[in-house]
Amino acid sequence: MENQYAIEMLNITKRFPGIIANDNITLQLKKGEIHALLGENGAGKSTLMSVLFGLYQPEEGVIKKDGKVVQINDPNDANRLGIGMVHQHFKLVECFSVLDNIILGVEPNKMGFLQKDEARKKVMELSERYGLHVDPDAIIEDITVGMQQRTEILKMLYRENEILIFDEPTAVLTPQEIEELMQIMKGLAKEGKSILFISHKLNEIMEVADRCSVLRKGKYIGTVEIANTTKEELSRMMVGRDVDFVVHKDPAKPTDVVLDVQHITVASKAHSNNAVKDVSFQVRRGEIVCIAGIDGNGQTELVYGISGLEPLKSGKILMDGEDITKLPIRKRSVDGMSHIPEDRHKHGLVLDYTLENNLVLQRYFEPEFTNAMGFLRKDNIRKYAERLIEEYDVRSGQGPITPARAMSGGNQQKAIIAREIDKNPKLLIAVQPTRGLDVGAIEFIHKQIVAHRDAGNGVLLVSLELDEVMALSDRILVMYEGEIVGELDPKQTTVEEMGLYMAGAKRQ
Amino acid sequence: MKEKRSLLRNDGFQTFAASVLCIVLGLIVGYLALLIINADGAGKAIMSVIKNFFNKPTSAARLKYFGQTLAKTAPLLLCSLSVLFAYKVGLFNIGAAGQYCLGVALALYLGICKQWPWYLCLICGICAGSISGAVCGILRAYCNVNVVISGIMLNWISLYGTNMLLKPAMDPAGKDTFRLVSKAKQALLPTLGMEKLFNDKYVTIAIPIAILMAIVVWIVLDKTKLGYELKATGNNLNAAKYCGMKENRNIILTMVIAGGLAAMGGALYYLSDFTQWNVNSSSVPGMGFNGIAAAFLGGLNPIGSIFSSFFITHITDGGGYVDLSHYCAQIADFISAVIIYLCGFVLFFKTFLNSRLNKAEERKIEKARALAAAETNKGGKA
Repeated sequence: MENQYAIEMLNITKRFPGIIANDNITLQLKKGEIHALLGENGAGKSTLMSVLFGLYQPEEGVIKKDGKVVQINDPNDANRLGIGMVHQHFKLVECFSVLDNIILGVEPNKMGFLQKDEARKKVMELSERYGLHVDPDAIIEDITVGMQQRTEILKMLYRENEILIFDEPTAVLTPQEIEELMQIMKGLAKEGKSILFISHKLNEIMEVADRCSVLRKGKYIGTVEIANTTKEELSRMMVGRDVDFVVHKDPAKPTDVVLDVQHITVASKAHSNNAVKDVSFQVRRGEIVCIAGIDGNGQTELVYGISGLEPLKSGKILMDGEDITKLPIRKRSVDGMSHIPEDRHKHGLVLDYTLENNLVLQRYFEPEFTNAMGFLRKDNIRKYAERLIEEYDVRSGQGPITPARAMSGGNQQKAIIAREIDKNPKLLIAVQPTRGLDVGAIEFIHKQIVAHRDAGNGVLLVSLELDEVMALSDRILVMYEGEIVGELDPKQTTVEEMGLYMAGAKRQ
Repeated sequence: MKEKRSLLRNDGFQTFAASVLCIVLGLIVGYLALLIINADGAGKAIMSVIKNFFNKPTSAARLKYFGQTLAKTAPLLLCSLSVLFAYKVGLFNIGAAGQYCLGVALALYLGICKQWPWYLCLICGICAGSISGAVCGILRAYCNVNVVISGIMLNWISLYGTNMLLKPAMDPAGKDTFRLVSKAKQALLPTLGMEKLFNDKYVTIAIPIAILMAIVVWIVLDKTKLGYELKATGNNLNAAKYCGMKENRNIILTMVIAGGLAAMGGALYYLSDFTQWNVNSSSVPGMGFNGIAAAFLGGLNPIGSIFSSFFITHITDGGGYVDLSHYCAQIADFISAVIIYLCGFVLFFKTFLNSRLNKAEERKIEKARALAAAETNKGGKA
């Protein structure tokens, strides 16, 4: 009988000092199926995939391809076996073009001269066949995250990989892009590719996967057929308890205006057009205003403008009635603005610093942490860090002295949220605060944001997740091509209506 | 058991172990090189390199030459601090060599041609280096020019600028500048009695100043708000900007400090009158570049730099004692260069040591688990 599994990982155990990342885990991927791998942050999903990809060697267990035991020592071995992976953080050369990135490592050449035309043809063919729209000549750093991801997928297809691993692919995508990706994945599976889909988003797993294996805290919980299960059961398997999907909040009681944005325009770095065009809105204390929209419609630049990371071309920003248009970032922060940045690695953390040093990043200069002579008060920093770690349940290997780099993405995000909310800002700007997080952490962060609103502060939320927008916001502003095209009431609108505004098909 | 583990895991200990390993390896490779060139004298030659001033017959002479090694250590230490300081802030100050030249230039020019006292010469020398560093820093901050590029190019400008400036200070008898002792006694560094202790007039306050600077650099980087800001800027410029640090100011300030340190090294060295500047120099003095090796050998720790700088000077000086009947005259520099080269491998060995430790630890955990499992099985059966 022919072996029905494309790849099998049997009884894999992988340990790191002080932690068992994978404890006797078995994962069997059938040919032509979409198999979801579900688990919270730190459950061991990424480690397991790194083992499969040859980045780590397991202490125990074997990997089989088509029923035969194989040894995978490095990604090249994995590639030879037809295993390809789109990592959570893309592995692209930022200053190369899309095409150059796709052929990187397998450049077609004659006597050392590149044969790019051939490659271009093949890439365009693949791109059309699977509906992966890319501009082959665009430079990676200039294109959207969605297109970067399509580039990664094309990279796998170009190498004719049979087993495709997607490591939390939707974490960085817009709803439309997610929908598109789901179709692409289904198409790929139909063509006989075997797909391993790592995620903690239950809706997506329910929609696209055939089977699902669940990990919890490094242990294998079980594998279920999606057709015979429910979202609730999956989440119970993943978290080990029942999860509340609904955000509980009382109706907003907006009071004074805390943020008043008047006709601001912000230039764009990527192209010559302005990224934000003549935008005006207000945020009051006691309400959560959400900027919804497809990624790349100016939300990032709008936040840069308000937080002071980018200068305004024109317009005015008032916070609590005070003109802050020209104020430096530090002054805005001290005056009561907190900013949970979109990209935690780029802006949010100094990865080589310890957790405790990251937790005081916005306050290290305060007398509590620096004495009059300019020396740091390290004992106070430690105490403060320990309190935040406790209150916000930030988990890490060595507590306050863990390097931020060694922490899982979810806990890095929790650390940032702890730092920004604990400052008790009158205006909290939260950009994609739950991006890439598991349901348990999302629930926690949503509660924090609502509590912050209820304490009488204003919240400006920028989110690409429609569920989050609907659940959290008291008012929705939809951004399209740098303008606010509609203001909606989440109680009266639908996701479909919002989608029309987001796509530019409708405006007020 | 637990203490032993924490010692091996201790960062300082690891750095120390890795540095020692580098030194031993460097000596072995140096010895092998000597063997290949001429097997006869190799053992003796490498011993003379290691012994350095111990080659001298009398204890008085040994002390004198020990003092001279110290005198040469001071400028190297300051150059290594310059490199280290910038490196901690994410900048590679290869321009230390040029900043060092500028320190020499201003110090000697003001001392010999203007007859200024030593402290003003020193301060102006430091300023010259700082300004040169600032140029690199400003280019990096506002024009995104890599400091390595601007540093290397400034090295040449600084070298020939120094030659030009010091032409009037040249002793017509040779190509070198005047000895301070003959033309500018007021510019000589005070010795605070150390001269008598070592019986050598080149042992000056340069040595304690350099060590003091190492301690200051350590404190600034490790204990102060300024160090926190600078390191944050070096590690993640975007995050520094995001949390409201003045990231451009931090970069420029770093280069100003780094430039000042390197220039201080040059100024102190030449104001001790130990050596004179050759106004026809066509290559940048090696001090700035050796500072890179010293910084890495010291494990990028300012206190470690004190010892690594001394060691490198010691080896370089020791090269002078190699028996030239077996080897050509260039062998001294060659051997010390080989050893210094291997000194740069500290980080590599440290990573290696860590990965070995991790593996050993995993094995231990596994054993403990197996043992525990066996125990529970037994217990279950009983």
